[in-house]
Amino acid sequence: MVTYLLRRLGASVVVVIGISIFTFGLLHLIFPSPAIVVLGSRANSVLIAAFNKEHGFDNPWLVQYGDYVKGVLHGNLGFAYKYNQPVSSLFAQRWLRSAYLSGISLVLAILIGIPLGIYQAVKRNSIGDNVATAAAFVAYAMPVFFLGLILIQLFAFTFPIFGFEASQSDSIWTVIGDWHDMTLPIALLTVITVANYSRFMRSSAIDTLAQDYIKAARAKGLPERLVLLRHLARNACLPMVTLIGLSIPLLLAGNLITEYIFNFQGLGLLFVNSLTQEDYNVLLAYTLIGAILTVAGNFVADIALTVADPRIRLA
Amino acid sequence: MSIAPPPIEVRRAPEGGDVGPIQSGWRLALREFTRNKLAVIGVGVLVFFIVFCFVGPVFYHGNITSSDLSSVLEGPQAGHPLGTDNNGFDVLGQLMKGGQASLEIGFLAALIAIVVGALVGAVAGLVGGIVDSILMRLVDVFLSIPLLFVVLIVAVRYGATVLSLSLIIGSYTWLVPARLVRGEVLTLRVRDFVAAARTAGSSQWRLIRKHLIPNALGVIIVNVTFNVADAILLVAALGFLGFGLHFPTVDWGDMLSNGVTYLQNGSWWLIYPAGICIVVVVMACNLIGDALRDSLDVRLRRR
Repeated sequence: MVTYLLRRLGASVVVVIGISIFTFGLLHLIFPSPAIVVLGSRANSVLIAAFNKEHGFDNPWLVQYGDYVKGVLHGNLGFAYKYNQPVSSLFAQRWLRSAYLSGISLVLAILIGIPLGIYQAVKRNSIGDNVATAAAFVAYAMPVFFLGLILIQLFAFTFPIFGFEASQSDSIWTVIGDWHDMTLPIALLTVITVANYSRFMRSSAIDTLAQDYIKAARAKGLPERLVLLRHLARNACLPMVTLIGLSIPLLLAGNLITEYIFNFQGLGLLFVNSLTQEDYNVLLAYTLIGAILTVAGNFVADIALTVADPRIRLA
Repeated sequence: MSIAPPPIEVRRAPEGGDVGPIQSGWRLALREFTRNKLAVIGVGVLVFFIVFCFVGPVFYHGNITSSDLSSVLEGPQAGHPLGTDNNGFDVLGQLMKGGQASLEIGFLAALIAIVVGALVGAVAGLVGGIVDSILMRLVDVFLSIPLLFVVLIVAVRYGATVLSLSLIIGSYTWLVPARLVRGEVLTLRVRDFVAAARTAGSSQWRLIRKHLIPNALGVIIVNVTFNVADAILLVAALGFLGFGLHFPTVDWGDMLSNGVTYLQNGSWWLIYPAGICIVVVVMACNLIGDALRDSLDVRLRRR
């Protein structure tokens, strides 16, 4: 187990290094220097050259990459020129909000998606199953923002139950308590994720139902409730562990668009705003963080799977 | 009284269909595919949208390029079957024009992704060893970087045209096909026909071109449809965030983002037609993909 962990960790580190090289290289290629952004479009070439020299933007990119990595390892994610403050402090103000939105949506999606998938598999081809399958199919094909607009139209304008804008409070506790403004964003991100999970859970549960141990459990007279709970659910959830680990990029993209629609001041909205302002340190930092979260998600899912499934033998 | 003789029974040879010529796997797959009603509907929907977007403008001339301030934000009416937007542009005309862009990007991006993916996957699977390790680590790296982020960054910088967006999306979505084709090639390359071809002196490139890719075509075709769907969704997201195509080209996501401002006024025709078009086209692609996977799978089972 320990050797497996170490090997897996080593592979993850290699991937993270690759990611950092690619992301830095890409952004370096696209935005070689923030001089114009900082000095204004009328800055002359002498000023720009001086700025580049002062901040090290005239170094070869490998040197700049080295400097950047050194900074990141010391907790310095660079400077956001448009916001005129370090990226790390910008992120510190906002990450809790994004984490709350994504986290609660992920938990809700798991809590809804898994039982829904099992229900659909058990009641296969019933009306309930067909309705849920059709709904998941439509939601799966639906752009996040279109579903968001429909939700706003329905529940904020036609029936004004919820707010059309997410909570703007600075305090995370106010945000968490503000169900009036937070229900729609959370519902949107949850629905998109559930559509993904329930489809997968259904097919996984159908495969599991055909196994002999389910037949054996039923044959020995175990109540159906326990068959489903102990034998079906536990086995059918195993592939879900991997899927959930893999769905982090999807969650981050959904998070970005949800924050944009509901004007929720999290990291996703910061990213979109920084796109127009060409604040490339913010873009670089968030892309890196997203990628590292993805790698971490895969890593944790792999480990969780080996712990949860005793049949997995590690070579 | 004579009894009419019973009609002579002529024993005919069985109809051609009973014995039938030897059918190729592809024909069997096609038959299986056409039996799937949802898939046929999916194909129908896709054909309808292609005709609607590319042939429609020949017959329907909506004003979509010159602002007409005398007819702004008008609801559906004669002359404007789907109303007008805030510039007085005809929504139905825009829908056709926007569909052209969305479909073109979807298919072009999928084509790029599948060609690159199939080649990389085939090379990695066939050559193996260090080449395989490097290519697959590369795929791991790219797959870990959230697609939307990178596409947004590149699209903002290099401007969004049909060609640039297709290139950006295509150059980033070959990863999954590459993995799938590699997996397929790993099982194919140990088969006898590959060994036979190799004994006959086939070069690696010829093996890939004549033996491996044609046999992995099932996986590839299924993936094309999903890639088209994903690309259309991605373009729509870009358009919605305001980083899509620029006037006078337009795409469905673009139209939606424009309509958001007028959601509160009840201008539903700015949102729902474009949104529904995206959903329906993407659903059609997914239906076709699912059915293709089923039919090609059946073909394998029947062998």
